[in-house]
Amino acid sequence: MTEGAVREGALAGSAKLAEGTRVGVETAREEARPGPAGRPAVGAALQPTLAELSRPGRGGGKVPHPPDDALAGIPGSALRRSPLALPELNEPEVVRHFVNLSHLNYSVDSGFYPLCSCTMKFNPKINEWAARLSGFATLHPLAPDSLAQGTLELMHELQDALAEISGMTAVTLQPAAGAQGELTGILMIRAYHAARDDGQRDEVIVPDSSHGTNPATASMAGFRTVTVPSAADGGVDLEALKAALGPRTAAVMLTNPSTLGLFERRIVELLEAVHEAGALAYMDGANMNAVLGRFRPGEAGFDVMHFNLHKTFSTPHGGGGPGAGPVACNARLAPFLPAPLVVRDADAGFRLERPGERPSAIGRVRAFQGNVGVLVRAFAYIRAHGASGLREISDDAVLAANYLRMRVGEGYELPYPGPCKHEFVASGRSLRQATGVRTLDVAKRLIDHGFHPPTIYFPLIVDECLLIEPTETESVETLDLFAEAMLAIAREAREDPDRVKAAPSTAPVRRLDEASAARKPELRWRPMTGAETPCPS
Amino acid sequence: MAYGPHTTDDRGRMLAALGIASVDVLFEDIPAGLRASRLDLPPAMPELELAGRLQDLAARNRTDLASFLGAGVYHHYVPPVVDQMLLRGEFYTAYTPYQPEISQGTLQTIFEYQSLLAELTGLDVVSASHYDGATATAEAALMAVRATRRERVLVSRAIHRHYLDVTSTYFAGGRLVLEELPSLPDGTTDLAALEAALAEADRPVAGVLLGQPNAFGLLEPMAEAARLAHAAGALFIAVVEPVSLAVLATPADYGADIAAGEGQPLGIAAQYGGPYLGILATTSTLMRQIPGRLVGETRDLDGRRAFVMTLRAREQDIRRDKAASNICTNQALCALAATVYLATIGPHGLRDVASLGAAHARRLESALAAVGAPRLHTAPYLNEFAVRVPDAETVHARLLERGVLAGLPLARWYPDDHELRDALLVCATEVTTAGDIEAFAAALTGVLA
Repeated sequence: MTEGAVREGALAGSAKLAEGTRVGVETAREEARPGPAGRPAVGAALQPTLAELSRPGRGGGKVPHPPDDALAGIPGSALRRSPLALPELNEPEVVRHFVNLSHLNYSVDSGFYPLCSCTMKFNPKINEWAARLSGFATLHPLAPDSLAQGTLELMHELQDALAEISGMTAVTLQPAAGAQGELTGILMIRAYHAARDDGQRDEVIVPDSSHGTNPATASMAGFRTVTVPSAADGGVDLEALKAALGPRTAAVMLTNPSTLGLFERRIVELLEAVHEAGALAYMDGANMNAVLGRFRPGEAGFDVMHFNLHKTFSTPHGGGGPGAGPVACNARLAPFLPAPLVVRDADAGFRLERPGERPSAIGRVRAFQGNVGVLVRAFAYIRAHGASGLREISDDAVLAANYLRMRVGEGYELPYPGPCKHEFVASGRSLRQATGVRTLDVAKRLIDHGFHPPTIYFPLIVDECLLIEPTETESVETLDLFAEAMLAIAREAREDPDRVKAAPSTAPVRRLDEASAARKPELRWRPMTGAETPCPS
Repeated sequence: MAYGPHTTDDRGRMLAALGIASVDVLFEDIPAGLRASRLDLPPAMPELELAGRLQDLAARNRTDLASFLGAGVYHHYVPPVVDQMLLRGEFYTAYTPYQPEISQGTLQTIFEYQSLLAELTGLDVVSASHYDGATATAEAALMAVRATRRERVLVSRAIHRHYLDVTSTYFAGGRLVLEELPSLPDGTTDLAALEAALAEADRPVAGVLLGQPNAFGLLEPMAEAARLAHAAGALFIAVVEPVSLAVLATPADYGADIAAGEGQPLGIAAQYGGPYLGILATTSTLMRQIPGRLVGETRDLDGRRAFVMTLRAREQDIRRDKAASNICTNQALCALAATVYLATIGPHGLRDVASLGAAHARRLESALAAVGAPRLHTAPYLNEFAVRVPDAETVHARLLERGVLAGLPLARWYPDDHELRDALLVCATEVTTAGDIEAFAAALTGVLA
C-alpha cells in the first residue's frame, strides 16, 4: 500500500466523523448529543453523600455481637468519649451509591485517556485476578520466609527482570510510588557521597522541564535544588549544565525520554559531564514506556533510576494510586539500597535479607516489603510479553505518538522537531492569540467530544502546553477520532469561541469554583448528629 | 503483543502516513552506541500458561495456619461488597482526578473517606492518603518540624519498629534529630523520661510521638503525654489503629495535634505488605501544613455541589522544591476500600469488630496463661499483647511445625533487649476462632513439655 492511499483512507474515515462533530457543535441542545467518541464522557446523575443517605437503624448483620464484658479490661479513661457517628446504610444502598458514583468517572476502561506522563494504558484483567489469588492476597507481611516462597520467588524474578530491562545491577521493590523511588535513589546517593567522605555535596541539579517531584524530592532529602534551562531543541542545555556542575553537586536528575517526549540526544556528553564533576546521575524512569528493549539506562551510564510500575507495566492507577516505584542501580550504589531485598540461597530457596546483613543500606523507606499486590500485576505483565513483546510495546507506543503528533499538528503548533518518543508536546499559543481560546478551554471541550483531556500546562516551559500520550493500546481508529476532535475544536474556536470557553457542557457538572474551595476549605461533611442509634441487641 | 490493537496493516498505515519504512527510524535519536540489544528475559507466556504459573506461585505460599500474627497488619472479615466495588473499572482504571468535571466519582469517594476518618479520629483534616502507616508517621514527624520550626522529635521506643526505621530514613536528609523514649517495665512509655527530655531548654522539641495501642499492644497514657508535650510547646502525634478508634478515645479526645496510622484493617488484604493505606489527620489549625492531596466541596458554574482537589499550593507539581512533601501518587484505591468497608460495616459493626477482637484476645490470654505462657506486661491492652515463653524464637519455630503462626518473637525487633528474648507478640481479631485458640494452647503445651 502506498503512503498516499493510506493517508487518504485515514482522512476519508475521519472526515465522516468530523462531519458528526460539526453537527454536534451546531446543535443548541448539546447535552443530548455526545461527541464523536459516540457517547458522553461519563454518566450524569450527581449523588448524595453517605451521610445524607444514612438512616438510623439501617445496616448490620456482618459480624456477631461481642459479649457484654468484651471491653471490661479497658480503663474508662482510655475509652472513646464521643459517639461514633458513622453513616448507617444497608448493603443494597451501599452498592448503588458506589456504582452510581463510579458512573461519574472517566476511566481507561471507558475511553481514551491520553494523559501524560501517566501512560494510561489498558490494565489487563488477568493481573487483577492474579493479585487476588488467596495465596498472594492473604499472606501476612511478617510471615516467615518458609511460608512465603511463592511471593518471594515472584519478587526475586521481578527484581531480575527490572535489572535486565534497566541494564542495572540490583533492584529494590520497596518504594511505594515513583516519588518515593526518587527519594530512595537520592538518599542512596547521599549515603554514597557520605561513605566516601565527600559529604559537602549539597546540591541536586534538575532541568526546568522536570517533574515537580524531582525538586520536591531533592528538598526532602536535604539538598538545595539548582535548575538548569533546556536548550532550544528541548534537550538539557549541555553548557548550562556544565556551568552548574561543581564540587557541591551530589546528583543530576534527568528524565529520559524527557517530559517533552524527547530522547536526550546529548545523553553521552551529559552523563560524562556529571561524572567528571564527581556527581551521580539519577534517571526518572516515568517515561520508560518509550524505550523498553531499545535503551538501557544502566548501559548509558545512569547510576540509579526508578520505574513506575503503574505506568510502564500496566498496573492500574486506582484514581491516584496505589502504584509502585522500584529502584534499580549499578554496582557502585547497590550497597546502599534499602533493606530487605529478596535473595536466593543456594539450597534453602528465597528469603528476605536479615537485619544488618547489608550494613550500608539506607534503612527502610516503607514498612514491610512494598506494594506487593502491585508487584504481582507487573510480574504478570512482564511474563505475558517476554523480551520481544516488551520491545513491541515501546515500538507501538512511539509509532502511535508520532502518528497522532502528525495528525494533531494539522491544527496546533508543534514546538519541537520530531520524532517524539511515546508522547509529544503541542501548543495552543497561536490559537489563543487568534481566538482568545486557551488550552484549558480546548481540554474542557474535549470532554464534550467524549475524551479525557491530555495533560495541560506541563511542562512549564511551553506556552499553552498540551502533552499528549496515546500509549500502545489505542487503535488507529481511536487516534483518528481524537485527532479529529482536536481539529474540530480548533475550528470551533475560530467560529464560536464562547462555546469552547463554556465547555464542558455535557459533563455532570460544569467548571468548578476552585478559588473559593481553596479560600474556605470544606474538607469533610458536617458532623452527623443523631446518626448513631442504640446498638440493636 | 498481548493487549495491543495494531495489525500489520495498521502499523503500515501509520508508517506510511509518517513517510517512513520502519519504526526503527523513530529510534535513531538514541546514540548508536546505546541502542540496546535483545533483552534476556523468559519468552512471552500465553494467558493460559501465565494463569497456571501464577496459581502455582500463589499456592506455594502457606496461608492456612492458625495465625496470631498482627504487629501492624491484622486479618479481619472483609464483606465481599468491598472488593466488588473496587473491581469497578470506572474506579480502578481512572487517574488522579485532575479533571473534576469527569472525576466526581473519585472526588466524592475521597471526600467521604476524609469525612469518615475525621469522624473516627476526631480531627477535621484528613489527607486523601499516604503510602502506609510508616510513611504517614514519618510525614507527621516532618509536619511537626515544619509547624514548630524546631528540629528534634521524640519517639516512644514502643512504636512499630518499621515506623521508626522509615521515620529515621526520612530524617536522614536534614539536620533533624530523632530520639527514642524508653519504656517502663509495664510496657508503656516512660513519661518521666519524656518530661526530662522536654525540659532541655536549649534543645526544643518539635513533636512527641506515641502509639495507641503501642507496639506491644498496650494502651498508653495519651492524655498525660499530650499535656506534657503541649506544655513544652511541642506538637503531640498519635499513631493509631483505625478499628480500635470505634471503642478507644480518639486523638481529639486526648488532644493530639496529628494522627497517623495504618488503614489496612479497614477492608484491605494483607498482601505481604501492601498496597495499604497511610492515614494522616490533623486539626484545622495545621491544615496548611499537611502533605498529600485534599478534596474539598465547592460549586460549579450553575451552583451544583461538586468536589475538587484543593489547597494545591502545598503540592509538588505547583511548589516544586518548596512543597510540603514530594508525594504524588498515593493509595487512593485503598482509601476507597476503607470507605466502602466503613459504609458497609457501619458504626455498630465497627464497634463489634473492635470489641470481638478484645474479647477473643482475653480468651487467648487465659488459654496461654493456663499452659505456662503468661502475659509479659501489666498495662491494659485491646487485642494484642506479649506473652513470656522461654527462648521465644525456638518456641515460635516449633509451633510453626505444628501449624501455628505464633505471632512475632519480639527479639527480632529489639535484639538488644534481654527481657524481650522470651517474648512473643500475639493478637486476636473477630476472625480468630475458639478452635484456633485451642490449637495454639495445645501446640504450646507440647512444645513447652
